[in-house]
Amino acid sequence: MNAGDISQDDVERKYQVLDREAGEGGYHLGPDNEFTKKLVRGLLINEGRYGYPACPCRFSRGIKAEDLDIICPCDYRDPDLDQYGACYCALYVSDAILSNKQSLSPVPERRPPRCERNSRKTIHTTQTGSLSYPVWRCRVCGYLCARDEAPLVCPVCKAKKDRFERFM
Amino acid sequence: MKMEHVDGKNEGKVVLFALSTCGWCSKTKELLKELGIAFDFVYVDLLPTEEMDDAIGLIEKWNPAGSFPTLIVDDRKAVIGFREEEIRGAFSK
Ligand code: SF4
Repeated sequence: MNAGDISQDDVERKYQVLDREAGEGGYHLGPDNEFTKKLVRGLLINEGRYGYPACPCRFSRGIKAEDLDIICPCDYRDPDLDQYGACYCALYVSDAILSNKQSLSPVPERRPPRCERNSRKTIHTTQTGSLSYPVWRCRVCGYLCARDEAPLVCPVCKAKKDRFERFM
Repeated sequence: MKMEHVDGKNEGKVVLFALSTCGWCSKTKELLKELGIAFDFVYVDLLPTEEMDDAIGLIEKWNPAGSFPTLIVDDRKAVIGFREEEIRGAFSK
């Protein structure tokens, strides 16, 4: 799908899905509808040109292996929600922002600069000899599950399987 | 690298590096227009691939995170992100 082929209906539909999923997981989309829908359009554009919904506010070369941390919802959303009340793009906001108890301020970039990114930290696993199943961790929301393989979709935040890492 | 020009008051060389999909980038662009300042902008995500690296290199000189929007004011200071007060302040001499 090219940027020009994305209709307002496509944006509306995607917005509804994201809004529902956000609600189910205890998250909220930003209250400024026009702003939020522009970001949703950005996600659709990126999905069309890169094949995955890279963060609309971050630069991507369209190489998925380099971008696993910034596929929306990104690895940085939850820490930014905790600290600033919004994700970097402000697609997602906290309860406090939603209820006007806190005002929205710019969120500094938490993603490490390019030169430091290659050495993505992997969690050091402990001895697993005594576990009957490996434990998988969702990098987006921290959900843990013990099973042979990570789930296809995180039941909490809907991140896909490739966002899981071996935890134990 | 081809930049688009927006006419307005001359405040020196004002360059905005933006992404076409980024909400804070459009807000920054709107603010510059509201302030009536002449500036050049480029959507780095829409550049030909070979020019993207040049653009990112330029941004990283001012902003090692390489994040957007990056606004470079007269080759003397950079405003990173949509920091409304800082942007207004940069032009209120
Ligand atoms: S959750 Fe992350 S990837 Fe998604 S819009 Fe927010 S900052 Fe961008």
